[in-house]
Amino acid sequence: MDLKKIPHIEEIGNRGVCSGKVTKTSATFDERTKGENKIVKDLKTAILASGLKDGMTVSFHHHFRNGDHVLNFVMDTLAEMGFKNLTVAASSLAGVHAPLIQHIKNGVVTHIETSGLRGELAEEISRGLMEFPIVFRSHGGRAAAIESGLLHIDVAFLGAPSCDPYGNANGYSREDDDGIACGSLGYARTDAKYADHVIVLTNHIVPYPNAPFAIPESSVDYVVEVEDIGDPAGIMSGATRYTKNPKELKIAETAANVVEAAGYLYNGFTMQMGSGGASLAVARFLRQKMIDQGIHARFALGGITSQICAMHEEGLIDKILDVQSFDLDAALSLKKNHLHQQIDAVYYASYLHNSAVNKLDFVILSALEIDTDFNVNVLTGSDGVIRGAIGGHPDTAEGASLSVIVAPLCRGRIPCVVDHVQTVITPGAAVDVLVTDQGVAVNPNRPEIAEKLKAAGIRVTTIEKLRDRAYAEVGMPDPIHYTDKIVGVAMYRDNTVIDVIRQIEE
Amino acid sequence: MKLKVPSTAGTMESNDVLVSIKPAKSGGIQIALQSNVMQQYGRRIREVITETLEELGVENAEVEATDKGALDCTIRARVAAAAYRAAESSDYHWEAKK
Repeated sequence: MDLKKIPHIEEIGNRGVCSGKVTKTSATFDERTKGENKIVKDLKTAILASGLKDGMTVSFHHHFRNGDHVLNFVMDTLAEMGFKNLTVAASSLAGVHAPLIQHIKNGVVTHIETSGLRGELAEEISRGLMEFPIVFRSHGGRAAAIESGLLHIDVAFLGAPSCDPYGNANGYSREDDDGIACGSLGYARTDAKYADHVIVLTNHIVPYPNAPFAIPESSVDYVVEVEDIGDPAGIMSGATRYTKNPKELKIAETAANVVEAAGYLYNGFTMQMGSGGASLAVARFLRQKMIDQGIHARFALGGITSQICAMHEEGLIDKILDVQSFDLDAALSLKKNHLHQQIDAVYYASYLHNSAVNKLDFVILSALEIDTDFNVNVLTGSDGVIRGAIGGHPDTAEGASLSVIVAPLCRGRIPCVVDHVQTVITPGAAVDVLVTDQGVAVNPNRPEIAEKLKAAGIRVTTIEKLRDRAYAEVGMPDPIHYTDKIVGVAMYRDNTVIDVIRQIEE
Repeated sequence: MKLKVPSTAGTMESNDVLVSIKPAKSGGIQIALQSNVMQQYGRRIREVITETLEELGVENAEVEATDKGALDCTIRARVAAAAYRAAESSDYHWEAKK
């Protein structure tokens, strides 16, 4: 064949003429699977094969929450192998990750990226453990950083409750029902797609094909079978229970009324509930309104809980978009309900796309503190110590047409409505309404909402009055003293710097 | 008010404070305070304890307070109760507390 006779062959792509040679085998599928697969004998082998070097970036997901054993196991192994100056880019970190403190002290880990920090590690970092400030990103911000190359992952270590020998990994398994189930692997999927090398750690090798899979084999380089990926009790337990706290219930009921009065409860609406007792309880009050009015939601987004799944099964919510399953019921719903769709972090909230958060009518979000400019802090406690996570807070607050913050006026002696938040995570411009147990305040940017709430008989006050009331109840707190040292940098969802966290002075 | 015996009042519940008072001969009012809101309210809590004891005419005492985020009114009530118990007195002067 003379390729030159084909018109425009250079533009079509000239890789020559087919030789006729093909690779064929007569072995059965069963025999092939035993011979050719990505399972390596242990983690060290996988690490060596990945070509990881000092100073590189390793990533982890937080779908195992406080039950995670993968990050500590991998970091212990990397320390043993003598790696130094690593960046740990986790989608989030929990109390269980306190052993990182030792790896930081020994120079194994010199940089951290995360959505949040809790427990001992957070205490130590707030007291100046690290030289290089921690980078805090929202879930959407992290996804955007990864896909744009701002955050380059050299090797992703992804724990998976099931994986086949070729690397198709999932957060549950349809092979049997007794394994660990974390549900969605939404954050891990982004890492798997963009990391240079991907190592899946699983306690459960299932036959090919592990369908459905969250992470396709094309993204995976090595599979390591380990006995223990985590503690099932810490990974997730049963259903998230409805709060019985009367204060939270009152806030939740008011928030549902606010959504309705503001005009965002209509047939085909879309919603997300953030974590936290009052926020999750809003679903209960919305459910009754939906039944009474004969309307249903087009989709519910986000961290998904048992309540959302129950409403889906009742026919009140058409579809679920699940980047992270918050409880076992949600994980099991993902497994059995075919309109319960797993999504990745980019699809969820990356600002580089018209992502799912941009299609929200409303979101209900918690806050540690909110100030009179409606700026919200979900990361640092009132004592200045890091104790939370950004999560999807700024992503959904900006994306949703109506963002409602639910918070008690005071938690114990700690005022939640203050003059200035310790750390700005979500800017006031993205926040529309504050619902407390002692009143509702509307951002002056949204006068039309205030009018609608008043017309519906909801008593609206100003955020300054709520602040005054909080201080009258608990007294004016003394200011927290910080040193000049910056221990953390908080990014907005577009990865611009929104605030810094300083070392606390004692 | 003269303190005679060691005493306690309050609980370790959230928003309460556990106050122990021991009589002392000298040294004024000594306070050993633990609080989960030390940074923000430690100064104020000491102030309220001292004020309450001074109002009761206690000049010397060793006070141990374990605070779980109690409001000022709770702190006053617990300190006063502990002081009365330490003084083995029930000569309460009921009034609306500020």
